[in-house]
Order: sequence, then C-alpha cells, then structure tokens
Amino acid sequence: MGAMIRVVVAKPGLDGHDRGAKVVARALRDAGHEVIYTGLRRTASQIVETVRDEDAAFLGLSSLSGAHSHLFPKVCEELRKAGLNDVIVFAGGIIPKTDRQALFSCGLKAIFGPGTSTAEILSFIEIANEMDEVGVGESSDWYWQGV
Amino acid sequence: MNSDIVLAAKDGCRRSLARTLSALENNTLDIADALSLLGEIENDPSQQSEWNIMAITGAPGVGKSCLVDKIISQWASQGKKIALLAVDPSSSRTGGALLGDRVRLSVVDDIMLKDMVYVRSVATRKSSSSVPAVVSDMAQLLLALGWNKVVIETVGAGQSEVRCAAIADRIVVVEGPARGDGIQAEKAGLLELADAVIVNKSDIVGARKHADEIKESFELGDGQSPPVLLTCALNGDGCQFASDILLTLQSTGRSSKARWRERLLSGLEQKILQNPNLDEILLSLASGYIELDEAINNLNN
Repeated sequence: MGAMIRVVVAKPGLDGHDRGAKVVARALRDAGHEVIYTGLRRTASQIVETVRDEDAAFLGLSSLSGAHSHLFPKVCEELRKAGLNDVIVFAGGIIPKTDRQALFSCGLKAIFGPGTSTAEILSFIEIANEMDEVGVGESSDWYWQGV
Repeated sequence: MNSDIVLAAKDGCRRSLARTLSALENNTLDIADALSLLGEIENDPSQQSEWNIMAITGAPGVGKSCLVDKIISQWASQGKKIALLAVDPSSSRTGGALLGDRVRLSVVDDIMLKDMVYVRSVATRKSSSSVPAVVSDMAQLLLALGWNKVVIETVGAGQSEVRCAAIADRIVVVEGPARGDGIQAEKAGLLELADAVIVNKSDIVGARKHADEIKESFELGDGQSPPVLLTCALNGDGCQFASDILLTLQSTGRSSKARWRERLLSGLEQKILQNPNLDEILLSLASGYIELDEAINNLNN
C-alpha cells in the first residue's frame, strides 16, 4: 500500500444518484486514503473551492444525469483558473463511449463506467499519483485505458 | 519551499493555507518555524477573557455539524473570520478516513460569507483521542494567519472523552433530547469541563426536560454554572441567541486543574508516539521479551 492520498469525491449538478460515489469513497477509505465527500448537487465553483481548501491531490466526479459533457469540462476549467493545475481529475457514472474522448481532451485522466471494479480505480489512483505532469492543467496527454 | 507557502498563506492565498496545514499534519513543517515566520501571537488558554479556540463536542448524531454551521454563519455575518477544523475518525485498521462533515455545512456555499470562513476536514490518523494533538498546531497557525476564531468540531465523543480540553480555550458540549434520565446529568465526565451546554433538537419532546436536569445538576455543584441553552439547528430556533452567548463566552474556571491534566496527558501521548524506539518496544512486548512495566520504564528514559 502506498502513501495516504487526499481525494475529494463530488457530485456536480442536479443528480441525486450517489450510490456509485459512496462505493468509490468507501473503497478509497478502505485502501487507506482520506476521502472528503461533498454531498449532492454541487456547483463547479463549490467543488473547486473544496478541493482547494482541503488540499486534495485527486478529484473524483460522479454524474448519472447526462449532463457530464457540460459539467466536467466546466469543473476542469475552473480548477485551472484557480491555479489548481496539479490536481488529477477522474470521473464515473453513465458516460457514453462517444463522449469520452472530448472529456479526456479537457483534462480528465480516467472515466469509469458501470461494472468497473474498485480495484481498478485504486490502481489508477496509485499509478497516476506516481506520474509527472498528469494534473488537470499540466502537459501530459496520458489517460487511463483500463487494465 | 515550506517558508514560501507559509508566506503565501499570509498573503491570503487559500491554497497555500491548505498546503501549510497539510505540511503540519504530515510532519514536514514545524509549528515553531512557521510561527517564527509569521510573528507569534499570545495565546494562553483559560487565562484570557476573549477566547481564540473553541471545541464543540458531544455524542455522535446530536447535531454538532448542523449547529456549528448555523453558529459560524452568524459570526461570519458579523464580520469575524472563522476557521473550522472538523475532525472525523481514521480507521485503526487501514488508516483511511471518510470525512463527511462538509456535507452539513451550507455556510461555505454562501456567496457573501464564504471568504470569511475556512473549513478543513481533519482525520484523527494515529491519535487515540477525539482531537489529535496536531490540531493544536493547526489552530495556532490559523490564528497567526489572522483568522479571528478557530472552532474545532471533535469526533463524536462519549461520556468521558475530554481531550479537547487540552487544546481549546472554551468547551461547548452539545447534547440531544432524552439522553437518559436525571442521573445521567449527575455522572462525572464531559459535562464537568463544559463552559456551555447546548441541548440541540429542541423540537423533539424531552429536550427542555433534559436541559432542566443539566441546569439542576450544575446548581448542586460549586462555582459558576455554565449556561445551558436550547437550540434547533434544523429550523434555526435559538441559534442566534446561542451564537451571541458563545461569541463572548467566559471560562467557568471550574476545572483548570482538570484541563491541565488533559494537556499533560496529551503532551505525554505525543511524546510516546514520537519516541524513535516505540516500534521496537512494541515488538519486544508482543513477542514477550519484556514486561509492560519494563516497556514503560524504557519509554521514560
């Protein structure tokens, strides 16, 4: 097990389905990380302020409402605007394959759909944590392509 | 590099503030070094008339987070800069933690107040108490950076968990309605050290009776009785009044010896946890090479 990592798990926008977010939060906790859960219906700027004040290294976004292509890029943009360039962003929920490439281009480093094992998410966190320049405002265009 | 982030935090950079607090938590920054960069502030707990650090404690589920949200909103709207350190437990098995106090906090969403409030979730990590000793360093740093008041919300604590007394100038105990009969209020423990008691969930039957029992119990004792207040954090009843009382709360001074005892124990625990031979001694104990008495002697030397 690697070092303890602080992760914010957030639910942007109008979406009350948080079982997935809670399962991921619990898996991260059980892997020895510190997870800050924001609760439901957060705006992009509320999420960015939480990441900033909690000094989180990772941000996990969950959306099952279909608004991901609007909400996720907005969060990434506001992170960069706030100077939080080294924060690593990943996402989960119902994100159709056809929408994913555009989201990777916006700075997301992993997208996990239904059926993903929590072990895969933990591997992503540990591997991305060891990599350079994979933050939302940094130069690497690497992203997680599964195990 | 550390001195850069401390100075950036002094200039008001919130991210640098967050990073400085992490550095304290991770033992990569010494509080004395940070304070010498900032110019130290005087803070002698329990001696001064105006408090700097208040601990809000009480059993799990009595409404501490919701109540704290209401109270710091009031203070922030009066122009006070408030920092909240919300403590939640770490797993003793894996070391991980789920920090969920932010879910209850609406003050950080208030566009008028959010710059007046800083909220940080803190995990207990290796500490055995409801308030890890590093929280004291974090609070000192926040005060030195110009935050007017630091509020510590402890882990939901049981009857006798009074370690927050080691850190805070004032202790507020939050109770819920119908928490046992009159004899519970007579038992020794947390209530003895309280500078104020708030009975929350006043909309539920039994709250007023419980508050009366606590008041009665205080009146049987010596010295100044702490105020006993009724609130309902859900609908806001009594919260304005409670926040006014708490802002200028005086120490009851009833238990200064007990407070020093907690400070002493907290200091000793930190000393033991930092002892470089601790792991070795624990191993020797576990494999039966030495007795407990011997281990304690070794740690003292």
